[in-house]
Amino acid sequence: MAEITYRDAVIRGIAQEMARDNDVVFLGEDVAKAGGVFKATVGLYEQFGPLRVRDTPISEQAILGAAMGAAMTGLKPIAEIMFSDFFAVCFDYIANEFPKSRYMSNGQTKCPLVVRTGNGAGSRFGAQHSQSVENWCMMIPGLKVVAPSSPVDVIGLLAAAVRDPDPVIFLEHKSLYPTKGEVPDGEIVDRLGTAKIVRPGRDATILALALMVPRALEAAERLQAEHGIDCEVVDVRSLVPLDTQTILGSVAKTHRLFTVEENPRLCGWGAEIVSIVADEAFYDLDGPPVRITTPHIPLPAADILEDMVLPTAERIVETVQRSFQG
Amino acid sequence: MATAQDRAQAPGSGLNDDIGEAKRLALYRSQLRIREAEQRAYDLFLQNLVKGTSHLSLGQEAVASGFAEAMQKGDLSFCTYRGHAHTLARGVSVEKVLGELMQRDNGLMRGKGGSMHLTSEEHGVMGSYAIIGAHLPIACGAAWRAQYKGDKDVSVCFFGDGTTNIGAFHEALNFAAIWKLPVVFVCENNLYMEYTPIGDVTAVKHPAADRAASYGLERIIIDGNDADVVYRTAQKAFAKARAGEGPSLIEALTYRHSGHSRADPAKYRPEGELEKWKERDPIKIYRERLQQFGVGDSIIAKIDAEVRKEVDDATETCKAAPMPPADILTTDVYADGGWAWRN
Repeated sequence: MAEITYRDAVIRGIAQEMARDNDVVFLGEDVAKAGGVFKATVGLYEQFGPLRVRDTPISEQAILGAAMGAAMTGLKPIAEIMFSDFFAVCFDYIANEFPKSRYMSNGQTKCPLVVRTGNGAGSRFGAQHSQSVENWCMMIPGLKVVAPSSPVDVIGLLAAAVRDPDPVIFLEHKSLYPTKGEVPDGEIVDRLGTAKIVRPGRDATILALALMVPRALEAAERLQAEHGIDCEVVDVRSLVPLDTQTILGSVAKTHRLFTVEENPRLCGWGAEIVSIVADEAFYDLDGPPVRITTPHIPLPAADILEDMVLPTAERIVETVQRSFQG
Repeated sequence: MATAQDRAQAPGSGLNDDIGEAKRLALYRSQLRIREAEQRAYDLFLQNLVKGTSHLSLGQEAVASGFAEAMQKGDLSFCTYRGHAHTLARGVSVEKVLGELMQRDNGLMRGKGGSMHLTSEEHGVMGSYAIIGAHLPIACGAAWRAQYKGDKDVSVCFFGDGTTNIGAFHEALNFAAIWKLPVVFVCENNLYMEYTPIGDVTAVKHPAADRAASYGLERIIIDGNDADVVYRTAQKAFAKARAGEGPSLIEALTYRHSGHSRADPAKYRPEGELEKWKERDPIKIYRERLQQFGVGDSIIAKIDAEVRKEVDDATETCKAAPMPPADILTTDVYADGGWAWRN
């Protein structure tokens, strides 16, 4: 057992899989000699050499296209897109190529690859380097989408993503890179499609993802201490496949549902889950499901402005508490 | 019958030149197969038996056949939505292709892909891509795998002149050049991006070849209607790739006899242009080539009859084939064979 950062967990996760399987290769901008702009790939070039860890030009289409061609013909590439906002310049691969080739070819074409990317706000980078784009990816049939919140989940889910036979979008939260967590020694392999109850509770279910998980946990402690409301916090972790059984099970127990989403409000993942709960667990509910999201605006750069729009522990506490009063 | 003098003057000179009789007969058969299958696709469209869209290669057969005949088993083809020709040229049956165009259960992908996405990995046809430029980086990736694993196959990527103006073209060319990948890029310059002349929308005269220098590559422009020229060019580029000497970019000049897609009567063409190019019809050129080399008319007539029979038989089989069943709608979305996105 050791305490490591989320950033170092990324390095350990990639290294674990590259050491296990020579077909795992890694490419991206500044990832090799420079060790990544977020320093989340430091040492991999030195450990695995220039044939397996490759710097690319600023060519996001070439990065994802090359990853796909390599995956189709036998390798298991990990491709890095530096900021998830840049998905917009290579979205053809994410929306049209990776997820549809197997279906269109009637099962002939395989695409076992992982796209890692720095997602989310908190770095004060403004509207084009801070977005949470999980909902861009979640809506595309054929993709899998995961977003870990802790170092141990980074390693386990990254290993699962690399070993998965489908294309996986792996969203690392930029603001979580310096955060720390306990990680067991040895190989760690998790399962895609599994949510995790990170704080059991009786009175309400709070669903959260990535950076919103620590905020939801902080809110839950305050709700317990200050208002006597015992919240269950579920880290959704995997948007596709979605672990609806864990979510529905939690709602059946607590009878109240809150989602905490960093993405702008429209078509966020919480909307889909609320819809599922309304369809399948309506009579379990004691009150209307409530979504806590960033408003439907581009993200501002100034710290004081950005902090006003992202869901905070305080906003979660107020929203949950108000819902119980109402 | 060709005289000895005719033979001496013919390109390559002699039946047993570098190409040889067996390969020339294969090149002729391959081109004719494409011609007959594409013409049949057009006829079936007029009968409302080919649905959706389709983009024919009538007039461009020599590029597909010349490259495919130079490929070895294991070499990989990456095609565009104008990909029937390249798919057939790698040996996929006319029945499988027509079946897909007619959206039948016997089609190459059982109707799940359609005309623009023909794929047959067992023949090395690694997909037909309908988003312009998408497959150039993908071909780079397949070539990267060959380089990494020490495999000797070459990835061959076909595209039209219009593709040279999209970003992915330039990203892929640079990427292939810096990594010295065993990939061959083949631009079929048929003069029109879709409906607009390529010269009206491109800063240089030769849309592919004039960009080659930007990526440190040789400027190569060839007669894309002469299968011998195409075949020899392909051999040279493949040898370079297999030797680890990096990519090639080839611009093959050709012309499509039909419109861009089935919806296009091609009224934008200047008068006489089509007729002028039909004089350089690749099938006509190649039939004359065989005759120049003294191949008997009966041998040519036998190939003609066999190809027509394959296309006729395929047509009848496809007409009688069932439509795809509903139970394949949700198969192969994910690698487990299904479509489940939740538990």
